[in-house]
Amino acid sequence: MEKKRIKITIDGKEVSGFEGQRVLEIAIENNIAIPNLCYHSDLKPKASCRLCIVEITGKRGYQTACSTIAEDGMIITTDNEEISKLRKTNLELLFSQHNEKCSDCVKGNDCRLLNLAQKYNVDISRFTDRKIDFPEIEFGPSIHFDPSKCIDCKNCVEVCSHQNVKFLEVREEGSFFQICPSRNGKRDCVYCGQCVVHCPTGAFQGVDAIKIVENAMNDVQKTVIFQIAPAVRTSIGEEFGMGYGAIATEKIAAGIKKLGINNVFDVSAAADIVTMEEAEELIQRISNGGVLPMFTSCCPAWVKYLEFYHPELIPNLTSVRSPQVLFGGLTKTFWAKKQEIDPKNIFVVSIMPCTAKKYEIKREENIIDGLNPVDAVLTTHELACLFKKNGIDLNLIESEDMTPLWGDATGAGVIYGTSGGVTESALRTAIFKITGKNAESIEFTNLRGLNESKEASVIIGDLTLKVAIVNGLSNAEKLIEKIKDNPNCYHYIEVMACPGGCIGGGGQPMPTDSKIRKLRSEGLYKIDKDKQKRLAHESALVEGIYKEYLNDEKNIHKVCHTKYGKRKKENNF
Amino acid sequence: MSEIILKLKEANLLGRGGANFPVWQKWEAVAKNSDPEKYIICNGAEGEPDVHKDEYIIKNYPNDFIDGIIIAIKEFSAKKAYIYLNHNYYDKYKDSLSDIIGEASIKIIEKGKGYIAGEETAICEFIEKGFVQPRQKPPFISDAGLWGKPTLLNNVETFYHIAKINKGEYKDTRFISIEGDVANSGTFEKLNNLTIDEILKGTGNYPDFDFFVQVGGGAEGLIMLPSELNTPLSGCGALKIFNKEKTDVFVLMEYWANFLNCGNCDKCVPCREGVYRIWEMIKNRDIDKEKLFDLFEVLEKTSFCGLGRGASGPFKSLILKLNFEKYGKEKN
Repeated sequence: MEKKRIKITIDGKEVSGFEGQRVLEIAIENNIAIPNLCYHSDLKPKASCRLCIVEITGKRGYQTACSTIAEDGMIITTDNEEISKLRKTNLELLFSQHNEKCSDCVKGNDCRLLNLAQKYNVDISRFTDRKIDFPEIEFGPSIHFDPSKCIDCKNCVEVCSHQNVKFLEVREEGSFFQICPSRNGKRDCVYCGQCVVHCPTGAFQGVDAIKIVENAMNDVQKTVIFQIAPAVRTSIGEEFGMGYGAIATEKIAAGIKKLGINNVFDVSAAADIVTMEEAEELIQRISNGGVLPMFTSCCPAWVKYLEFYHPELIPNLTSVRSPQVLFGGLTKTFWAKKQEIDPKNIFVVSIMPCTAKKYEIKREENIIDGLNPVDAVLTTHELACLFKKNGIDLNLIESEDMTPLWGDATGAGVIYGTSGGVTESALRTAIFKITGKNAESIEFTNLRGLNESKEASVIIGDLTLKVAIVNGLSNAEKLIEKIKDNPNCYHYIEVMACPGGCIGGGGQPMPTDSKIRKLRSEGLYKIDKDKQKRLAHESALVEGIYKEYLNDEKNIHKVCHTKYGKRKKENNF
Repeated sequence: MSEIILKLKEANLLGRGGANFPVWQKWEAVAKNSDPEKYIICNGAEGEPDVHKDEYIIKNYPNDFIDGIIIAIKEFSAKKAYIYLNHNYYDKYKDSLSDIIGEASIKIIEKGKGYIAGEETAICEFIEKGFVQPRQKPPFISDAGLWGKPTLLNNVETFYHIAKINKGEYKDTRFISIEGDVANSGTFEKLNNLTIDEILKGTGNYPDFDFFVQVGGGAEGLIMLPSELNTPLSGCGALKIFNKEKTDVFVLMEYWANFLNCGNCDKCVPCREGVYRIWEMIKNRDIDKEKLFDLFEVLEKTSFCGLGRGASGPFKSLILKLNFEKYGKEKN
C-alpha cells in the first residue's frame, strides 16, 4: 500500500514526508538539524534525552521531535530562546553523568555531545560528575564498557535484546537504574558490538588493540602482515569524508604501506578458500547423509551464540575456519616456509569490521603448531585512527595494489562482507563442483539486499538446494525454532550476527544505519561486478595453494578446519 | 451516549486520582473505540506519601468501588479488569477483596516498585511486562493501553462515586485525607464545594498556630499558606498540615527529594539527573538558586511524564511562598 504524502513546515521551510513518519525523521531527510542524542533510526524512539524538543503550533508545551508523529500541515519551530536554554540545562545534566575522557574516545572528533556543548554554550562542568567512580569493565577481549560515559539512553539494552542475547540489562542500584551486564548464568555477551555502534557517547567501544600492533611494528624481529576483511573496503572511507559506501581497497593498501608494512593481504582471497572448503563440505553432507542444515561459521558472534545458547546445534556448524583464521594459518605455515621466515616472528594483524573477531583469534581450537594464526585484530575504526595518528589521509593518498596473489581476491570473496554474499559465493562454486560447469548467471539477486531474512531454492542438476540467509541474531533464533520443528526445511543456512552482515558490524565507522549499510553493501557488489574473476574456484591463489600445499588431507585439516564446543559463561561480574 | 456516561456527565464527576479529568470523557473515549477487546484498571496505587483516602474506601466500602468496576466491565464488555494495589494494601486487602470479587473477571495485582509505578502508562507497561516505565503519550490509554487495546483507568475513589452515581445515591462528596500537625487526622467524606478552610474547620483540624498546608499529596502536592485556603479542594483529596515554627523546611524538602529521586523511573534526563541534583543541593544544605530554578524549568517543560513535570511543584511553592531567604539556610 502506498503511503500518503504529507507536508509540514519546519522553521518556515515547507518539507514533505510520509504519513506515520516522525517529525525528526522528516527533518533528517530534509537536512534540517534538530539536536538529538538517544535517537537512532534502527531503534524505537526513546524520547529520553529531551534535546529534540520542538514547538508545534497549536500544541501545549514542547514535544520531542523523535517521538511525535508528523501530521499534515504541522508548523514546527525547532529553536527559540527558551528551547535553547532548556537544551543548555539538559546538556549540562547530560554532562553531569558523562565523564569526559575525550583523548581515547571512540567518538574522536565526531562527538555529538561536544558539538552540542559548543552550539549551546554549555558549561560542561556546571554539575559535578556523578559517575566518576564507576569502574570500567571489559567483555571478553572485545568490548570495553565505561559506565561513567553512559547517558542511560538504553539503546545498548535494546540492541542486545534485539539480538536475543539480553546480556545488557537495567538494574536498580541505589536510587538509580543502571545499565549492567547480566548476572544470569544463562546470558552472556557474544561480542557482536552492536552496543558500540548504537551508543551515542562512546561508553561502549571495542577493546583497543592499536598499542599491541604498534609494538609489533616497532619490533625489528617481527614480520608484520596486515590482512583486510571484505567489508572494510567500502566503509573506512567514511572516516575520511569519502562518502558512505565509497570503495577504498587500493587506498587502504597504500595507507598500510605508508605505515611501513609491505605485506598487505586480502582476507577476501582467503574467503575464496573458505568457499571451496564449504562447498565441498556441503556436498559431502548432502551425499553422505551428514548433519543438515549446515550453518556457516565465519561470523564469530554467531558461533559464540550457538555454542552458548544452542550447543545442541554445534554439529550443524561447518567445520571450515573463518577466512581471517584460515589465512593467518596459511601465512604462518605455507607462506612462512616459502619466504623462509620463522612463523614465530610473523605477526598477523587482521583489519575487521567486527569486535567479535578480537574474540575469535583467542580461540584455542585454532592454534597451529603452538601459534595463534592471527595475533591482533584492529577494527575498521581503529585502522582509521592509526592512519590519522600517522598523518595518513585516505582521501589524498595515491592508490596502490595489495601484495600480489595473497592480495588478489575474486568477486566471490569480496561479497562475503554483506548478508547473502557467503551463500552466493558458495553456490557459484557448488554448481561448478556438482555439474562440472559454471552457472549461466552467477548473480543470485534473490539472495541480495538487506532484508533480515531471505530464502531460495536453487536447482543444481538433480538436487534442489534449499538455502536460508539471516542477519541479526533474533532472526537466527526464529530460524532455529523453524529447524527444530522441521529439520529438513533447508540444506544450508548463512547467519551473520549484525544487521546487513559485516558491513553493519560492531567495528565499523559511526554512524551506521540502514541507509549507510545499504550503500556499503552496494559498494561490495560493485567491486564484484568489476572483477575479472568472480568465482572462488578460478582464483589463481586458490589454484596454487591447492596444488602446492592443500593437496594433502592433513594440511587441509590443520589449516582449514576447526572444532566447536559448548561454552560456559565467560563474563561474570 | 450511553445511560451511565450521560449520568457521569450530568454529575460532572472529575477523576479523583489528582488530574481532575472529566470521567465521562474518559468513558466516552473508550466507548467510541471500535476495538472489541477492552480493559479496565482500577488504580489503587495511592503512591503519594500521607494519603489514605483510597485505603479508607477499600477498607470501608469495598463493595461500592468493586461495583463501580463491574459497571465498567459491563458497559464496555471488557475482557478483564485489574485492581492495582500498592504493596501494603495488597497484603492487607487482597483476600477480603477476592471474596467480594468472586467469579467476576477482576484480577488483583500488586503494584510495581517506585512512585512512578502509579502513573497510568507505567501501570500498563508493568502489567504487560513486569517492568515499570512510562510510555509516550499519545497514544492515550483510552486508545491503546494494555496490550495496545482501549483501556479505562480510574482511581479507587472514582469507581466508588461511579457506583453511587449509577444508583442515584451520589451526593457530590469527596474523600479527604488529613494528616500532619493536626488534632484529628484521618479520612473524611465532605461536600465537594467546600473550601479548604471549611474542611479544616469542619473536621476540627484548623490549627491555632502559624502553619502551611501541602495540598494534593505528601510528595508532589503544592504548598499553600493560610491566606490561600478560601478555595475549594480539587484533584486528589489530601491535606497535610505543617506547624511553620516547628518544621525544618530542609528536612521536609530532603524528604520529598529523596522520595522522588528513589521513586522516579530514570528514563528522561531532567527527571533522572535534575531531581538527583535537587536532592544533592538540599541534602548538602547548599542551594544555588539559579541552578535550582534552571532545574525546575527543565523538569516542568521537558520531562517525559507527569511525574517529572510535577516534581518541581512542592519545592518551588515552598521556596517562593515561605520567603526562603529568610526562612532558609541560616535558620538550619
